[in-house]
Amino acid sequence: MTFIDLKRIIKSGFQNFTRNSFVSLSSILIMVVTLSVAGLLLLSRAVLTTTVETLENKVDITVFFDLGANENVILDLKQEVDAIPEVASSEYVSATQALINFRERHQDDELTLQALDELGGNPLGAMLNIKAKNPEDYGIIAETLGDQGALSQSSLQVINKINYYQNEQVINRLVAITTGAQTLGTVLLIILGTISVVITLNTIRLTIYSARQEIGVMRLVGAGTKYVRGPFIIEGVLYGLVSSVVTMVLFFPITLWLGEKMSMFLGINLHTYYLSNFFQFFIILLIVGIILGTVSSAIAVRRYLNH
Amino acid sequence: MIQFVNVSKVYPDTDVEALHNVDITIEEGEFVSFIGHSGAGKSTLVKMLLREDRPSEGSILYKGEDINDFSHKEMNLYRQNIGVVFQDFRLLSNKTVFENVAFAMEVAGKPDEIIAEDVPYVLELVDLVDKANNFPHQLSGGEKQRLAIARAIINDPKLLVADEPTGNLDPASTYEVVDILKKINKLGTTVILTTHNTGVVDALKKRVITLEKGSIVRDDPHGSYIISKK
Repeated sequence: MTFIDLKRIIKSGFQNFTRNSFVSLSSILIMVVTLSVAGLLLLSRAVLTTTVETLENKVDITVFFDLGANENVILDLKQEVDAIPEVASSEYVSATQALINFRERHQDDELTLQALDELGGNPLGAMLNIKAKNPEDYGIIAETLGDQGALSQSSLQVINKINYYQNEQVINRLVAITTGAQTLGTVLLIILGTISVVITLNTIRLTIYSARQEIGVMRLVGAGTKYVRGPFIIEGVLYGLVSSVVTMVLFFPITLWLGEKMSMFLGINLHTYYLSNFFQFFIILLIVGIILGTVSSAIAVRRYLNH
Repeated sequence: MIQFVNVSKVYPDTDVEALHNVDITIEEGEFVSFIGHSGAGKSTLVKMLLREDRPSEGSILYKGEDINDFSHKEMNLYRQNIGVVFQDFRLLSNKTVFENVAFAMEVAGKPDEIIAEDVPYVLELVDLVDKANNFPHQLSGGEKQRLAIARAIINDPKLLVADEPTGNLDPASTYEVVDILKKINKLGTTVILTTHNTGVVDALKKRVITLEKGSIVRDDPHGSYIISKK
């Protein structure tokens, strides 16, 4: 294809697009629906990923020490723990700090504070919060801590309890629920997406169906395949282009609203997410839109070209 | 230039024989009119000639070559060399008068400068210069047909096929169209015209082939002809 052919095809595509404004509008509206579904898919993935990440961060192992355990022994133990390859970090909370934290957490709870005052002294022991590099490693770390051979005798003597085993089930269940929700959401959106893709394909096919007579005329004038198909493909590209821009604009107020009202619930401000991923978001919608427009045009014209 | 060799056409779904053993030779520069009632086979003949449809038997030769053996590319070239005018105009509704004519040049790969030069010239010939920027739906029937003719002759075709070009036109427009066709023929283009309008044929005084029920019943080199009244 020569440059002049390309220029003419593109010009003709633009003309069809602007001159059939009503047809273009309906195709674009349908495609905006499809792209919105794609956009929602992206946003929901972001929400679910954040949820899983948050949950994963909440998981840790806390080692509680006996009351009045020797701090040096605990610090030695911390060194031993840090040496375990699966451990990312560990944080030592002294008994005094634990008491301060406890009081802060219950500052509105008079009764508990009173009870605490009545006890006198510090009923809380020191503790060590351990974070793993990977969530799957917590089991290994907990086992290592419980294993008699891994730690020195003196360290083992001061450990009161390790809370991983108590939390294990809850944590696993939460992760299972989130992954389940993620899978279900993805499946639903894929179904929705498929439906809207089919509708878009059909809409564009119908717009080209109405142009089938013109295709016949073009053929009679001796137009080669590229001259007949080209402008329709350009039109499809334009549908995708305009639709993705419209969808991006639509998502601005939608995410703004979601960001204001739902950030606490979703655990992520979707508007901030949308703005910080604006470019990536746009490129994805643009590519999906253009592929959708081009492919449906190509399929539709092919039918009438072969007649 | 054009040869129909024993061409027959049976439409399989109806078993109607639209053409029966049609044998015609048309020389370069001729003006040939096909006349006959509706259903006599005129449109089928044109369809075969443009390869919109293929004959059931026989072959159609263009300069000695069977057009049904043409490849896609050869077919496009062949069609670019034939101007076609239909009763229902078949214009591109999204394109202006100018663009409709220019399109036929574009697909033939003509450069922009030539297009800008030739299109106004041809539009002048069919008296549509003032309407160059109008769309087909803004034209009258006669104007549409003149536009179709302009498009048909823009690439300087060797052959112009006009299938019932005056079928939808009033007498004044009919006269204009026939006049333009005569002019084109005088400039050296072979013209094939189909019509059921005897007045048109009478006015032309050129070769007339009469079709009835798919067969040629008369072929007279010149003169006016009247359909046998049965």
